[in-house]
Amino acid sequence: MGVKLLLENAHIEGIRFYETYRKHGGYRSVEKAIKTMSTDEVVEEVKKSGLRGRGGAGFPAGMKWSFIAKPEGVPRHLVCNADESEPGTFKDRYLMEFLPHLLIEGLIVSSFALGSHDTYIYIRGEYAWIVDILEQAITEAKNNGWLGKNILGSGFDCEIHVQRGAGAYICGEETALIESLEGKRGNPRIKPPFPAVKGLWGRPTVVNNVETLAAVVPIINMGGEEYAKIGVGRSTGTKLISACGNLRKPGVYEIDMTISVEDFIYSDEYCGGIANGKKLKACIPGGSSVPILPANLLLNTAKGEKRIMNYEGLSDGGFATGSMLGSGGFIVLDEDQCVVKNTLTLARFYRHESCGQCSPCREGTGWMEKILHNIEHGKGKMSDIDLLWDIQSKIEGNTICPLGDAAAWPIAAAIRHFRDEFEWHVLNPEESQKRNYGLAHYADKIHVPVTA
Amino acid sequence: MSIKFNDTQMAEFKRLVDRYPQEYQKSALIPALHLAQESFGGWLSSETMDYVAELLSIKPIEVYEVATFYSMFNLKPVGKYLFEVCHTGPCMVSGSDNIVQYIQEKLSIKPGETTADGLFTLKTVECLGACGYAPMMQLGKHYREHLTKEKVDAIVEECRKNAAINN
Repeated sequence: MGVKLLLENAHIEGIRFYETYRKHGGYRSVEKAIKTMSTDEVVEEVKKSGLRGRGGAGFPAGMKWSFIAKPEGVPRHLVCNADESEPGTFKDRYLMEFLPHLLIEGLIVSSFALGSHDTYIYIRGEYAWIVDILEQAITEAKNNGWLGKNILGSGFDCEIHVQRGAGAYICGEETALIESLEGKRGNPRIKPPFPAVKGLWGRPTVVNNVETLAAVVPIINMGGEEYAKIGVGRSTGTKLISACGNLRKPGVYEIDMTISVEDFIYSDEYCGGIANGKKLKACIPGGSSVPILPANLLLNTAKGEKRIMNYEGLSDGGFATGSMLGSGGFIVLDEDQCVVKNTLTLARFYRHESCGQCSPCREGTGWMEKILHNIEHGKGKMSDIDLLWDIQSKIEGNTICPLGDAAAWPIAAAIRHFRDEFEWHVLNPEESQKRNYGLAHYADKIHVPVTA
Repeated sequence: MSIKFNDTQMAEFKRLVDRYPQEYQKSALIPALHLAQESFGGWLSSETMDYVAELLSIKPIEVYEVATFYSMFNLKPVGKYLFEVCHTGPCMVSGSDNIVQYIQEKLSIKPGETTADGLFTLKTVECLGACGYAPMMQLGKHYREHLTKEKVDAIVEECRKNAAINN
């Protein structure tokens, strides 16, 4: 069994409620931080832990915190990003639904460290029932003296508010989230200024993902150095993986980032293999935006070594032969799945979710969907494949926010690794409507050239 | 329907507004639109949006531009029960196409349409964060997951029963 820091108590009945959560050691980190540490010491522990943003970008959390501006007389805010909208990702939902107090506890410690007296949880609008769960947890925490005025007699005041979004993937981008929190369309802002200087209502703001903030609890309890000992290299601590698609046991798993992708998929402790005795064809390992990999490159790197489930392992080989850990949204496709069709649904998703500010993204996502629709429905031309490549390459890097890249990468990777499947659709317009291309050579052993 | 919050709704509206600094009460716009949509028939008419603008002391255009941006706000009337079926990648590989097809046949409506009795609207939506429990749909405040044809039958039946009781 791997180390569990976040989900250790998830199976305990009633852990959603204060009494049980407290009985199992809940809110110890708040006591420790507020009673025995300075705000700078809390930031220092998070820096030492090596904790990287769990929303997808993987930026070091302690460093992000240390950037917050502290102008005299201007309030600062911590905002929790609970907009979880990256296809394949449902780990924050799990945390909030089953361990709401873990998030609230992490938020109190983090608010203390950053000096945020009004902290906001921005949650995607569709998670409507979770709003009630969080608000109940906040009320319980407040009734027990963990929130409100003068927490634990320290003079520190803090309130946590929950705000619902209303259906927009783009609001997971931190500046779009801030715009939305201000009651506007979710159009990302041009940076700089960064939120740490000018964020919510023009005030210094830190935006962190749910899982990142929950991880602050074990970091304070065990100390940053101890936390950093779990995992390998720059992948410290544990990571929640939400596994879905054609798996025997889809669900949310906590891993300590030392296991191999193969063990994660096939061992009974985790996903238990591919559903219905099928074979693995492809996988998008870190949420829909990251490159899709064929089975052979997913399980092994181009050098023929076992691929490890962590930041460095999944990105080994760069985009040429690797992918990314991203948000931990692990989407598995079996031998019966069509990569062209899967790519089409993702292209449609990004076209639907583009905010429309930047023309490469607004226009390009629509063109890509249209071309993929034609190829999928037996009306594609060979030149369409190159056209798709050309469009995605002109979106990438040419937009205000990363949605452009997020829309381009899945298409680039699908063509890079599955070009023959696209060509088969073009060359066999009728047959492709009746059957799938199948597993083809995508699980074959990779040839590793031997260099003298 | 007269567009005015009753006392309970108004109390909730005040609670929402109070979460933000006095000078930034526009921040309550999205939560206020959710409240208005729930209170006034499941959609936002221009009258409803103007009412919200007035309550928040902002221009109607500020409300329209937000209401048109977010997919959860309905700008046309919808049926009493809105079936929002996810059809993005992870749900697609788990068979969401079959579920959408089955609902279409069962209710004789296409995505975006409402049944003649005004009970059901079918909508296909993009990823709702339930990928491990696919196929799925949102129905009101909750998710219905691991959908099968039998489950769809049961949900439709449940809705019809509830509608009959409430009439």
